[in-house]
Amino acid sequence: MRDYIYNFWQGLYTILIGMKVTFRHLFVPAVTIQYPSVKPQLPERERNRLYVNMDDCIGCDQCARACPVNCIEIETVKSIPGEDLGTTSNGKKKALWVTTFNIDFAKCCYCQLCVFPCPTVCIYMTDVYEFSEFERDNLIFDFVTLLPEERIEKKKNYEEFQIKKEAEKAAAAKKAAEEKAAAPASKPVEPKQDGKEEIK
Amino acid sequence: MMYDWLYNLTGSEILAMFIVSLLPLFVFILPFALLAVLAERKVSAHMQDRLGPMRTGYHGILQTVADIFKLLQKEDLVPRETDKALFNFAPLLVFIGSYAAFAAIPFSGFFIGSKIELGLIFIVGVTGLVVAGILMAGWASNNKYSLLGAMRAAAQIISYEIPTLMIILMIIMLTGTLSLYDLSELQTAYFWNWLILGGPAVGLQKILLIPFMIMGCLIIYTSTLAEVNRTPFDIPEAESELVSGYHTEYSGMKFAMFFLAEYANMFAVSAIVAILFFGGYQSPFGYLGNTLGWTWLVPIEQFFWFTSKGLFFVFVQMWLRWTLPRFRVDQLMAFCWKYLIPFSFVILLLVGLIALM
Repeated sequence: MRDYIYNFWQGLYTILIGMKVTFRHLFVPAVTIQYPSVKPQLPERERNRLYVNMDDCIGCDQCARACPVNCIEIETVKSIPGEDLGTTSNGKKKALWVTTFNIDFAKCCYCQLCVFPCPTVCIYMTDVYEFSEFERDNLIFDFVTLLPEERIEKKKNYEEFQIKKEAEKAAAAKKAAEEKAAAPASKPVEPKQDGKEEIK
Repeated sequence: MMYDWLYNLTGSEILAMFIVSLLPLFVFILPFALLAVLAERKVSAHMQDRLGPMRTGYHGILQTVADIFKLLQKEDLVPRETDKALFNFAPLLVFIGSYAAFAAIPFSGFFIGSKIELGLIFIVGVTGLVVAGILMAGWASNNKYSLLGAMRAAAQIISYEIPTLMIILMIIMLTGTLSLYDLSELQTAYFWNWLILGGPAVGLQKILLIPFMIMGCLIIYTSTLAEVNRTPFDIPEAESELVSGYHTEYSGMKFAMFFLAEYANMFAVSAIVAILFFGGYQSPFGYLGNTLGWTWLVPIEQFFWFTSKGLFFVFVQMWLRWTLPRFRVDQLMAFCWKYLIPFSFVILLLVGLIALM
């Protein structure tokens, strides 16, 4: 009988304790946020979608080599002499036209390994994390600032330059051969000049 | 009275009766159900440190309106192997059962659907239709979960009717009336005349009654909570065991009928507790209308007090729902038969002795 009364009392009392707890929580501010309109504060070192600042990119291919999943695809074309590509923000002279810079975010594992080797700090993580797509191909981001025609043009320019140089070389070789035939004297100067031109 | 006033206004008995019988539905139950569903979601959300519906209207005020429109648009689906007639009739019966209870509930001294003398017994009897409706729904659905839910509901409601009736009997013994209007009028003036504080009696009897009244109030509140199948007594629709019990197979408007009936029932039950123990529509500290001499204000004040008491008990029901876990079936029965019924018998006996004094 004592147990019976005690049980009854205990039941009532513990219900009141529970009700006190829930009532207190009625006035505790909610921990949820109104997601699309209010966004959570991201941590300082968050890793989300990559961004490439093409003004600073020198086309060195180091990020693509660092990528563990090969999601970065870079193609470059050498500039021809006389073209001015400008300098990067830390004063490096650009020498290559970057005609392809694709990052496939469907493959990207957001490891941030590509960010560290970049000599000009032009590839970095942004705070964008909502970029889902219905088509997988839409996740391949093209960062190149050149127009498609310009890219073709740059390639063509280089090829033409190359052909021209070949021709010049052939001509020079022919000339050298002729000169050689005439008098073998000033030979070792020419290849040096060629090399310099190429770097430019 | 509302009926007489409408009779004088319209000059037609049928029209007046029609309006009086429809008023509680459109003035009270539908807005209440809309509000209560929203309140339930908001209360549950805030008790769990969430926000609840926030998008439709300011802080999600229009959420239930949107839900009702969704339910109205839904296809009226009747599964193939069901007993069609019973299946279609069950939600109606459940709703009729819970709506008919409002006929005898005095919203204010001026507005009672029917001023019948046997109000209390009428409410207890007519809500019995809900059991029939639930059993019908469970059986007609031809679904094992529905049937189990309906069986549980029937067993539960019938068991918990006993302590409810015992406490009602105690009140009848003490006051000598079955009419809800007379019961409310008895507890008039100030809150110390409420039955929870011993009623209008004076002296030793009043003081002796108070503990029994508080116990009786707790018992009737618990047992009526079980009768409306709400947590912690919601085993007939226990989601984790029975999908959603007897209304598993229902969708669209028929489901909405069950839903509406549940919320109407919640208020009816709260109203009964308020009338029996908390003075019904009586104000706890006199009326502004009487002090200022505006007699027309008194029924409005009474309506205000009645709805606020009812809504408070509805809020406590929600509060309990989000505090307590669900009973197991055997615990539920043990709680009723081993605790509530003996206690209510003891209270009945002792209050009888005190009333004889």
